[in-house]
Amino acid sequence: MHCQLAWRNIWRNPRRTAVILTAIIIGVWTMLMVTALMRGVSNGMVKNAVSTLTGEIQIHAQGYRSDPVIEHSMTDIQTVENTLTDVLPEKAVYAFRIRVNAIASNARHSGGLTLVGIVPDTESQVSFIGPEAMRAGRYLDETDKNGILIGEATANKFDTEVGKKLVLMSQDTADEMASRAFRITGIYTAEMSSTEKQFAFVHMDTARDMLKLPDGISEVCILLPDGENLDRTASELRASLGEGFAVHTWREILSAITAYLELFDGFMMLWYVVTFIAMGFGIINTTLMSVFERMREFGVLKALGMKPWWIVRGVLTESVFLLLLGSAAGDLLSIVTVGVLAATGIDLSSLAAGAEFAGLSRIIYPSLTVTDVGMANLVVCLLGVVVCVYPAVKAARFTPVEAMAHT
Amino acid sequence: MNIVEATHITKTFQQGDIAVQALKDVSLSIEKGGFVALAGPSGSGKTTLLNIIGGLDTPDSGSIVLDGNAFEEMSRSQLADLRLHKVGFVFQAYNLIPVLSALENVEYVMLLQGVPEKERHDRARSILDDVGLENRYHRRPRELSGGQQQRVAVARAIVSSPSIVLADEPTANLDSETGKGLLEIMKDMNHRKNVTFVFSTHDRMVMDYARRLIRIRDGQVDDDVTKNA
Ligand SMILES: Nc1ncnc2c1ncn2[C@@H]1O[C@H](COP(=O)(O)OP(=O)(O)O)[C@@H](O)[C@H]1O
Ligand SMILES: [Mg+2]
Repeated sequence: MHCQLAWRNIWRNPRRTAVILTAIIIGVWTMLMVTALMRGVSNGMVKNAVSTLTGEIQIHAQGYRSDPVIEHSMTDIQTVENTLTDVLPEKAVYAFRIRVNAIASNARHSGGLTLVGIVPDTESQVSFIGPEAMRAGRYLDETDKNGILIGEATANKFDTEVGKKLVLMSQDTADEMASRAFRITGIYTAEMSSTEKQFAFVHMDTARDMLKLPDGISEVCILLPDGENLDRTASELRASLGEGFAVHTWREILSAITAYLELFDGFMMLWYVVTFIAMGFGIINTTLMSVFERMREFGVLKALGMKPWWIVRGVLTESVFLLLLGSAAGDLLSIVTVGVLAATGIDLSSLAAGAEFAGLSRIIYPSLTVTDVGMANLVVCLLGVVVCVYPAVKAARFTPVEAMAHT
Repeated sequence: MNIVEATHITKTFQQGDIAVQALKDVSLSIEKGGFVALAGPSGSGKTTLLNIIGGLDTPDSGSIVLDGNAFEEMSRSQLADLRLHKVGFVFQAYNLIPVLSALENVEYVMLLQGVPEKERHDRARSILDDVGLENRYHRRPRELSGGQQQRVAVARAIVSSPSIVLADEPTANLDSETGKGLLEIMKDMNHRKNVTFVFSTHDRMVMDYARRLIRIRDGQVDDDVTKNA
């Protein structure tokens, strides 16, 4: 009957109830939309970074990360391969690479980039490069021992196209200058033009040949199936590879993004609380109004022997109903909005020049986790009840005689 | 045996700079089963006296003992409990809870008292039958006439078998026919259930219903007459 009474009381003034509910709905929606966008951005950043050759786990020779030169290569590939077969789950994929800094030049231009020697078939499984990334020409295959893939931005910079020649120079294992001419097989596009500028891909065998590294590799890049425990797999690899190898997860490699992600939840809470404060004033005010309107009634109830605590409880029950109703509607609205936006994504291409600077993807897919929604609801309902204590106590404080003198 | 013993009650209100003495040394006792009218012109102190007897307001001096409970020794919360279990109130302006039906208004007091649901239901129905509202259980107050609302208020006041029902000008908002109807019901309840009624009025016709008539003037008892049955 208490709940029934509270429920009926909130519908006594439908207009005011509609106002409170609208405030709560807009509040929750604002909280969740901003969070969904921010999550979309950070997911995009991670996805982007992981597919831009980072992968989820990388293995290098000890020392490579601080000094990525060809001398710091892994030569005992058999051990690496055995370990990978042993430790990795069945659905995991991995690729071997050679990575060195090089200077590219043609008749018009020269400039530095990263030369990546890849096994074409396996590489396309772990990173963005593959047949779909090609804007012109085609992807490498096993026969393309002299082919090279360059990014669109590089192609523009060198004013070149598919079929033309590009000369690359780098230091080989004997500390000599190695240079070789390649023919451009394909031009790829990437999410960010900095990626297009940075990487040029050639066949692994060609790179080995050029750098005089008969059986070495610079790095192993691994992708795990969904739901696999990243840190556990990494430490298992670490344990069975032993000394001489360094195993890193993407969290360790992309330390800036990781730091950002760690701050994310804190920002989210802060944002929720700030939004709530704006909304909280509205809630207090309308609740106060509804309480003052019914002062006489509270007086009668107290005259009949109702304890102040019961009145507080009654007013708070009404608030809880409003908060739950408003949050639920706000959740629904947010989930629908996020669903619609996520289906197509929000295209930032027009802003891409600026967005790329911040490491954003061109298209943002807003996304919400259960925790995001749960925390927003918790903040709204918990703080909502807390702020309603004030009007509730006010209602309970009047003596019956005072309250009934109110007309 | 007396249900109320009020001795040397004084009460002064501050109205701006002026102190208004609403009650000047009022002493009276009310017998169990009484049907008592407090009569007096407007501003004579009737409401103040009823509020003090019911524990809604505290006197400046003097003491009240209601059914053996001395108010001076009781906390606010104990007074609230006493009102809940021993005192029924009827107000001039009906003062029902607008979102509850007639039945629920009557039940609500019992809910506060912790009466189990089934019993609440049965008692509320039977008391509404007693005040002649057997077909109006589920009406909201605004769907009832003034007289019907006041009958619900009387039902609410007596449903928990209080020691005393205090009614402040219960008929003042009703036309005289409806007012008579209400008084008949109160009288009937007084007879059948031996509930003590004290009601204030300044209406001759209402005074005629009382078995004892206490006249108040300027905060003092002017006259106290008990009629022979
Ligand atoms: N809360 C109050 N504040 C100031 N004066 C009051 C208050 N309540 C009653 N009074 C004064 O006390 C006197 C008695 O009032 P009341 O008991 O209401 O009389 P009655 O019910 O007989 O009309 C009146 O002069 C009234 O103005
Ligand atoms: Mg009065």
